[in-house]
Amino acid sequence: MTMNRETLINTILAIAFVAVPVIAMGMNEPFIITLATKVAIFAMAGVGLNLVLGFGGLVSFGHAAFFGIGGYAAGILASHALNYEPIMESPFLIEGTTQMIVIWIVALIVSALVALAIGAITLRTSGVYFIMITLAFAQMIYYFAISWPAYGGEDGLSIYVRNGFPGLNTLDPISFFALCAVMLGIVMLFSAILIRSRFGLALQGARQNPQRMTAVGIAPFRIRLVAFVISAMITALAGALYADLNRFVSPTMLSWHMSGEIMIFVILGGVGRLFGPLAGAALYIILEHLLGSVWEFWQLPLGVLLLIVVLFARGGLVGVLAGERKHA
Amino acid sequence: MPDAILSLSHITKQFGSLLASDDVTLDLRPGEIHALIGPNGAGKSTLIKQIAGEIKSDSGDIHFNGQQINELDAVARSRMGLARTFQVSSLMPEFSVLQNVMLARQSVSGKVFRFFRPVLGDKSLVEPAMAQLERVGLANRAQMRAADISHGERRQLEMAVALALEPKAFLLDEPMAGMGPEGSKRLTGFLDSLRTQAPILLVEHDMDAVFALADRISVLVYGRIIATGTVDEIRGNEDVKRAYLGEEA
Amino acid sequence: MFSLFLEQLLNSLQSGLMLFLMASGLTLVFGVMGLINLAHGSLYMVGAFACAAVAAWTGSFWLGLVASLMAAALAGVLVEMFIIRRLYNRDHLDQVLATFALILVFSEGTRWIFGSFPLFLSVPDILTGTVILPGALEYPIFRLAIIIAGLLVAVGLFLLIGKTRLGVRIRAGEADRGMIAALGVNIDRLYTVVFALGAALAGLAGAFVGTTQSVQVGMGEPVLILAFVVIVIGGIGSIKGALIGSLLVGFTDTMGRFLLPHAFATFLDPSSATAIGSALASMLIYIVMALVLFLRPSGLFGTEA
Repeated sequence: MTMNRETLINTILAIAFVAVPVIAMGMNEPFIITLATKVAIFAMAGVGLNLVLGFGGLVSFGHAAFFGIGGYAAGILASHALNYEPIMESPFLIEGTTQMIVIWIVALIVSALVALAIGAITLRTSGVYFIMITLAFAQMIYYFAISWPAYGGEDGLSIYVRNGFPGLNTLDPISFFALCAVMLGIVMLFSAILIRSRFGLALQGARQNPQRMTAVGIAPFRIRLVAFVISAMITALAGALYADLNRFVSPTMLSWHMSGEIMIFVILGGVGRLFGPLAGAALYIILEHLLGSVWEFWQLPLGVLLLIVVLFARGGLVGVLAGERKHA
Repeated sequence: MPDAILSLSHITKQFGSLLASDDVTLDLRPGEIHALIGPNGAGKSTLIKQIAGEIKSDSGDIHFNGQQINELDAVARSRMGLARTFQVSSLMPEFSVLQNVMLARQSVSGKVFRFFRPVLGDKSLVEPAMAQLERVGLANRAQMRAADISHGERRQLEMAVALALEPKAFLLDEPMAGMGPEGSKRLTGFLDSLRTQAPILLVEHDMDAVFALADRISVLVYGRIIATGTVDEIRGNEDVKRAYLGEEA
Repeated sequence: MFSLFLEQLLNSLQSGLMLFLMASGLTLVFGVMGLINLAHGSLYMVGAFACAAVAAWTGSFWLGLVASLMAAALAGVLVEMFIIRRLYNRDHLDQVLATFALILVFSEGTRWIFGSFPLFLSVPDILTGTVILPGALEYPIFRLAIIIAGLLVAVGLFLLIGKTRLGVRIRAGEADRGMIAALGVNIDRLYTVVFALGAALAGLAGAFVGTTQSVQVGMGEPVLILAFVVIVIGGIGSIKGALIGSLLVGFTDTMGRFLLPHAFATFLDPSSATAIGSALASMLIYIVMALVLFLRPSGLFGTEA
């Protein structure tokens, strides 16, 4: 099998991504490991968004809603467990938990249900309406989280002890990084398989020409809805990990600014490229760390960079390095 | 008389004050090529859209394959076996020629929501798709991006996609559009052999092709069918000549 | 109780009209140029900051108001000429990203110049104080002035669109973008004018609302998102839809926040009533939006296919 340029870039990125935190561990710089973990989590959120945005062509400006749902799943379940307070007593008992796997399952289920509801309404629209409506629904959830006092409202919710994973000391930075990196790998593998499947062909077809899809007898709406739900679930998983990383969840995770940031990860790295979100998240975190420590208002040059990428370097980092694709 | 595969009865469609389809009745019988002709603005594309299910008629019935399909949308009608091509080629530009046809095969197979097996290696899709490409003469372009092939080749691909659907009837919207004389002759020969696979409702402006291919011709003027008949009957029809305002019929 | 109700009604009218100033510019830009502009909220912010800065510097609110119009319009012109112009033929994703990038630039730039603390705009002397309305309601004169100003702008906008040559070009541009270029209308200039007009309206709204609340970085985005909801409800490209949508949203939001906690208080304890009532109130507009969409997917008066 010949190695094309994109595969080469992807391999280099993967190696660098794993090497950096390992080296940092050797140099006793846990902060860098934390940064790398952040990259992994943001990349995962981006992989979720990329599914509908890059491959599906749907500009969802409300994915922070799912990121936040994942985060709050972690926060709410953990806080109930740590306070020894059940979430619900009747008609049946639901207690909290500090086990990540259970939290992830809850995050996946809740986000899927919310995405199903939101998608069923928003995917009937297209173009600008879709963008505005996904933004509006995410705002709705954001305002709800702010005004619901039980879970901290605007101040957010702390997770005093990081949740547990069998066989792992999750408080150890490199162990938690490894967990996130493996989860990212699984999600990326899943995404790659999905795109190459029949479903992926139909999704990309719906992006390019919905009229033709209809004419061959496949309803774009149903394809997009399934893609939307899957993408929400992936982003929610990232949100749950993020809450555990920071041991904190707040409505900021649900804000439109967060939705914009997730989009930035995808765009900077390259829309519709498998490793795009990883490249984009890494670039963003590096910029935040390097520029941010030098200048408080680092998001201004970030904005300028983003403008330049959008106006002149459409393919993002991976696109620029790897060149044009042969065919989808 | 064999039962019509497709029949329109008293189809009417109005847009504000414009009567685009005026009590249109016509049918498509097995094994035939039924051409639909008429001057520009006659309402041919509106009629095609109503048959395909893209717009809803105000009144009238459409029957396809023994079933009344008024309430079915375009996706459902396509799945029932009505394959339509577009006047302006409607393809997936980033997909290869082969992928475009494979997508149609995927729809026919009914297995669209499959998430794990890679599609490009799936012989059950690739082989029939390649067969269709060979039929239209595009096999050597299989791996090229649809955006990179010539206009004529795109019309061929449009045809291949329709073939891949294994339809019960074809709805062809100006397949000769933009083709030079060579391409038109080849396509005419191709369509001639196609009628045995499934009947064709052919909307065309190219009169040579129409007269060479059509078993019956219906003439649409201002939304109304003014005449339906064989090539000779239409050729000799005074109303038709007048409708074309002296255009060579 | 009546005076409380009247007060909320007037507040609804005020918030609806201010929202109309935002939404009308946004819907015009979308209708005429086919462009979605997330940076519209930044222009609102620019207007507020310009007003506050000039008012503080000169001591005159009125000069501040003029400054807000000019600054917002100027910012609009510059942004249109150098960035927005390149986006007309791009897909919506590019437009969203580029204008989001502009938000970052405007927000951080403003924070850099003015700092993170809010500025305060004081009401001009002749408009301070309250007036007594039916029901013994003491209502701030300034708010009444804003309502009147908002109504005047609405009338002016309808006249502009309906009765002037510019208005004809705008309406023609909304109907068929390609055609008006072919007819010899200077597209570049028309687009810049439309964008600047929208920007000025946003800046004006920013100055007005900044006076009643405060002037701070990020003040534009919540209003922007509400304006989106308005456009979705009212239909893209329709000024009439923007007005009706704005009033609907303004009333739903203000009256909802006022009435819902009260309604829940009839059968719940006060703290739960407030909690659930306000949470539901904050979601109410979006629920209304979802309902409208369900019934009319292209908005109440949508012109865009």
